Amino acid sequence: MLFIVVALAGALLFVYRPAWFPAAANATAAGWDHQFTVTLLVTGVIFIGVHLALAAVLIFRRRNGRRAPNGSRWMEISWTAATAVLFLSLAAMGSRGWARIPERAPGEERIEVYAHQFAWAFRYPGPDGIFGRTANKFVNDSGGNPMGIDPDDPDGKDDIVSASLRAPAGRNVLLLLHSRDVIHDFFVRELRTKQDILPGMEIPFELHVDKPGVYEIACAELCGLGHSQMHSVLIAMPPAEYQQWLRAQEPRTH
Amino acid sequence: MKAIFSTDHRVIARQYFFLSLFAVIAGVLLSVLMRYHVVWPSEKVAWFESLWPVKAIGGVMTPELYLSLMTLHGTIMVFFVLTLAPVNAFGNLVLPAQLGTGGFAFPRLNMLSFWMTLASFGVLGASFLVDDGGPLSGWTAYPPLSAVGAIAGPGEGLGQTLWFVSIGLFCLASLLTAINFLSTIIDLRTAGLTMMRMPLTCWTWLVTAILMLLSFPVLMAAAILILFDRSGVTSFFVPAGLLVGDMEIRHSGGSPLLWQHLFWFFGHPEVYIAILPGMGIVSTVLSNFSRKPVFGYRAMVYASIAIAFLGLIVWGHHMFTSGMNPYSAIAFSVLTMAIGVPSAVKTFNWIATLWGGSLRLTTAMLFALGFVSIFVTGGLSGLFLGQPSIDAYFHDTYFVVAHFHMIMGIAALFGIFAATFYWFPLLSGGRLLNETLGKLHFYLTFIGAYATFLPMHFAGFAGNPRRYADFTSFDFLAGLMPLHLWITYAAFALAAVQVIFLANLFWSIRWGKPASENPWQATTLEWSSRRGPVVRGPYDYGPHGDRDFRMQDQPDIPATV
Repeated sequence: MLFIVVALAGALLFVYRPAWFPAAANATAAGWDHQFTVTLLVTGVIFIGVHLALAAVLIFRRRNGRRAPNGSRWMEISWTAATAVLFLSLAAMGSRGWARIPERAPGEERIEVYAHQFAWAFRYPGPDGIFGRTANKFVNDSGGNPMGIDPDDPDGKDDIVSASLRAPAGRNVLLLLHSRDVIHDFFVRELRTKQDILPGMEIPFELHVDKPGVYEIACAELCGLGHSQMHSVLIAMPPAEYQQWLRAQEPRTH
Repeated sequence: MKAIFSTDHRVIARQYFFLSLFAVIAGVLLSVLMRYHVVWPSEKVAWFESLWPVKAIGGVMTPELYLSLMTLHGTIMVFFVLTLAPVNAFGNLVLPAQLGTGGFAFPRLNMLSFWMTLASFGVLGASFLVDDGGPLSGWTAYPPLSAVGAIAGPGEGLGQTLWFVSIGLFCLASLLTAINFLSTIIDLRTAGLTMMRMPLTCWTWLVTAILMLLSFPVLMAAAILILFDRSGVTSFFVPAGLLVGDMEIRHSGGSPLLWQHLFWFFGHPEVYIAILPGMGIVSTVLSNFSRKPVFGYRAMVYASIAIAFLGLIVWGHHMFTSGMNPYSAIAFSVLTMAIGVPSAVKTFNWIATLWGGSLRLTTAMLFALGFVSIFVTGGLSGLFLGQPSIDAYFHDTYFVVAHFHMIMGIAALFGIFAATFYWFPLLSGGRLLNETLGKLHFYLTFIGAYATFLPMHFAGFAGNPRRYADFTSFDFLAGLMPLHLWITYAAFALAAVQVIFLANLFWSIRWGKPASENPWQATTLEWSSRRGPVVRGPYDYGPHGDRDFRMQDQPDIPATV
């Protein structure tokens, strides 16, 4: 009985859905939703099947009846093979489109992401398209220079620093992820993906948002006492508006 | 003194059992505090302040206090409960008896293991009680957070150093245990007890010991290396040019990913160290109480070996989003999904064992049935996490928390409960636990476990990150508060009903019903005082004259014509 209740309760929870995903923000995320649904169907059938089997074992037990066999070669081979095929095809489907290391296409919009305990900062290269040199000794959080742009580097003069991530909707943008201190993680739910940010490394991350809107950015790797407050937003704007915003930014002056 | 510093495996078994019992009570209380804090982060509780005058000023827990409770909860549960109880406590209690031998190959080494483990537990406690507070980097202790000292946060000074010392000691103790288990199983089996006649519990302890032998030294090495890093003389895990707080760190060229590889090379097999003995116990209990041999004994043995072997080479699935080369994730993914196959074989075999049996629904049996249910539920969420693309969303969310609490926490605990009820006569010296209280405890725990951890998956669907001290800074988390309130209430209830078990345990040790020599009409040698040679496999249930079982060492009676 208990096992039937468990199977039913599990199934009912998925009808009731106390919480669910936000809408997908691009085609990759929509593909994710599809793969999730497939996996949910497969696991859901197994979940209910096993619990009904457990219930059946209890309901149809025999106290002094015919005895069941204690081994059966063809049964064992067939269920081993069936699960192997099922699970490995799930693995194959789940790996599709996974290992694409973003390439740096010339002319593609690039934005640097800087994470540190416990805030985000974003840098745009400005009209020259080149990021200025950075060094730890120039870091000044309250002075609006969280990544330590060298004031003597002419390439850095027109760099734009922002506390929120603005990006053109419908375009590919290459994010370059940096951390100043410990491991952080760039997580946007609507993109259905996340990426750890390792200090000492620059990690490329392909950003593409179809729908203009505001999406919350969370840190998803334990980074210290302020981990749960490391919040920022991704603002996807129509490309024209985005260009307008870029032009309106004060270039850095040092 | 003899009774305390004993080399008798039964005494050491009880020492381990009560150490892990103390640890699990502490671990559960910590989780109650954590669940309280995440749903009422700014509520004032007077006794919080008397417990932690600095870290809970005004009775409100600071985030660093929450994170140190979380670190301690994870460390205690993984090492001192889920490793000690199934492997050390019940292994010590039952393994030599099931092998028909008087004790372990190295009894003094066995004693040393226990006292080193106790010292490790003491150091872990100290790490939490130092002035600066306990470490807050979680049981995974990722550097640089855990490697650069107090500038990375409160508790990252002396507390974190002591934490690594504690883990190093634990690894050494476990290594000794592994050597002892292996030598005993390979060398001290009684006459006639071939490998393929061993009870499945012995098989799972053998496979577990091999995993321990291969994985604990790696963690020990990593802990020593990171202690060097913390002293500032080396840079294994800390890259150059970090700016932590306002301080530039003097390190050069280390890799934070190296720690993750070393840690998870231990950390993933650790999951199987926790669950494999439970599988052995469940196989034995299901077979006994359905009065049928284990279905597919050989397949069960091979499945255990396959799970352990694959378990050693899938550590990368904890690192899909870590920044390692994404192509390697595909290999780790295929291997991970492949673990589902031997796990499914075990599940099918358990159900086939039950099929058509004359079931006796004792408490031990109920927990074994519950184990199968929870194991399947926890295993199925692994099919999501094993796919890199799906994992990229679920990684470090409450979905993962729900997954490992089901498969590693509750499933392994159900194995421990089944073992406690089944072997209590050996543990207590001839008494049984109360079955009425036991069944009540089972039903409430089973319902409580599902009520707590099934809804937790939904927090994961909503992308709720784990290891957050509060859910106040994000708009999308505000909507999840009713769900979290439910989880908190369910967790409180689940913790509260464990009092039934404690009461049953302490009452039965003294006043429990006396047990006969073989109270479950079992077939394995721990229930025999005959000490004759073994003449058959471990699960010979079925009609044999006036009885429905034959013990492994019961001589064949010539058939009367």
